[in-house]
Amino acid sequence: MTVEAAPAWAALPVLAALLALASAAAVLDAASPGGTAGAAPRGPARAARPLAETARLLRQRRHTTAVRDGLLWQVGVAGPVVIAALMVAVVPFGGQVVADVPVGVVWFNAMDVCLWAVVWLAGWSPDSPYPLVGGYRYLAQALGYELPLMFALTAPAVAAGSLDVGTVVEAQDGLWFVVWMPVAFLVLLVGVAGFSLWGPLGAPGGGDVAGGVFAEASGVDRLLLLAGRYALLTAGAAMAVALFLGGGAGPWLPGWLWSLLKTLAVLGCLVVLRGRLPGVRPQTVVRLGWVVALPVVLLQVLAVSIVVVVEG
Amino acid sequence: MEGLLFWSPAVVAVGAGIAVFRVDSMARATYALALSFVAVGLELLLLDLAYLGVVTVLMMVMEMAIMAVFMIMFMMNSAGLMPMSMVHNRRGALALSVGVFLSLAAVALLTPWPERRGTVPEDPTRSVGTGVMETKMLVMMGVGAVLFTTIVAALVLAASRSRYDVRGGRR
Repeated sequence: MTVEAAPAWAALPVLAALLALASAAAVLDAASPGGTAGAAPRGPARAARPLAETARLLRQRRHTTAVRDGLLWQVGVAGPVVIAALMVAVVPFGGQVVADVPVGVVWFNAMDVCLWAVVWLAGWSPDSPYPLVGGYRYLAQALGYELPLMFALTAPAVAAGSLDVGTVVEAQDGLWFVVWMPVAFLVLLVGVAGFSLWGPLGAPGGGDVAGGVFAEASGVDRLLLLAGRYALLTAGAAMAVALFLGGGAGPWLPGWLWSLLKTLAVLGCLVVLRGRLPGVRPQTVVRLGWVVALPVVLLQVLAVSIVVVVEG
Repeated sequence: MEGLLFWSPAVVAVGAGIAVFRVDSMARATYALALSFVAVGLELLLLDLAYLGVVTVLMMVMEMAIMAVFMIMFMMNSAGLMPMSMVHNRRGALALSVGVFLSLAAVALLTPWPERRGTVPEDPTRSVGTGVMETKMLVMMGVGAVLFTTIVAALVLAASRSRYDVRGGRR
């Protein structure tokens, strides 16, 4: 499958798809055990919980802290959604990509590093202890998963001989990269969970610090932060599909539909696994990141490099 | 159009650079500096140096995020919201920095830059890399690996008996 630049208007449907998938993730999250709906009874009401919550937050009046930094707070609140949109801009849907950047893989990485700034700002700016702890936790965890994540992104780029996400998709004709670089795939998913404050890596927004970076967010601000989290998860899943699961490759259906379905599947796994895995403390994340994930993913890159040289 | 693409990040870069010294909070100063670097990264994109531009954004935002933590840790209360000034020796610093900026800008403008010979290369990033360190490429790559190993080794040595020590303390 070849990937080429889409017309400018394609940004709108891609943005719509991002928000639709993020909403689907929110619904699935509420419906699954251990999800956001908590002790609410089973049934349609449970799954509709995100809808009710959205309506509630849209009408809720903003609570603010006494001496917050308003400008930085706005950057922190709007940041995750914007960054998720910038991430999916370089992800091909079927044979088309919104922004045909020659270094899309690095772009994705740069965007996830921008989250360091944005989430820390969201934690810092309310001038309140729990969000502050959350913000610092996010940075600490990021130091643990970022290098493994970078090398996990490197593996498919090495195999394809290009940093262009479209070229990486094209290089998977015949054999998806997940088959011969499963470790990189798993590490990428852990990284996605990390930058989305998700599941075992959710300590920056954890219940033990009263919601961490979410603690002081209310009204539309809270809605944006929560939506940003699901949008980031979606963007990460979309990138994982493009880099490891053959992008839009598949029989019968059109390419963009395959991209969408695969992204939904990866997203579904991430959401369902959330409530089934124990939380990990930030210092343990750092330890596991440096002592386990980094060597293992480096070995994966080495193996991929050897295959490329031998085949080459 | 090309002028607009150049001038808007250029103005943001210089403006955010000035803002670093005008704001009274460490977080604002840090992220004003980050914004300035991001704008410089965008300028690199205009030179068709896509990789260098995006990596500049990546490295600088990462660096500023870590820097903010250290600056706030050492220079103010832990929450960091106490107003403070980034400026010491106000007059002297102003004169020095304006002087340095003007002289660098003058060098950029007054240097008799050579005319372009030949055409734009296929991959400008590769050409810049070769141009800067052609014969030293292997050494640079070796140094990179050694530096990285040194950082990791230093961290391991420094943290082996820390608060999170495996044998001694809690995990």
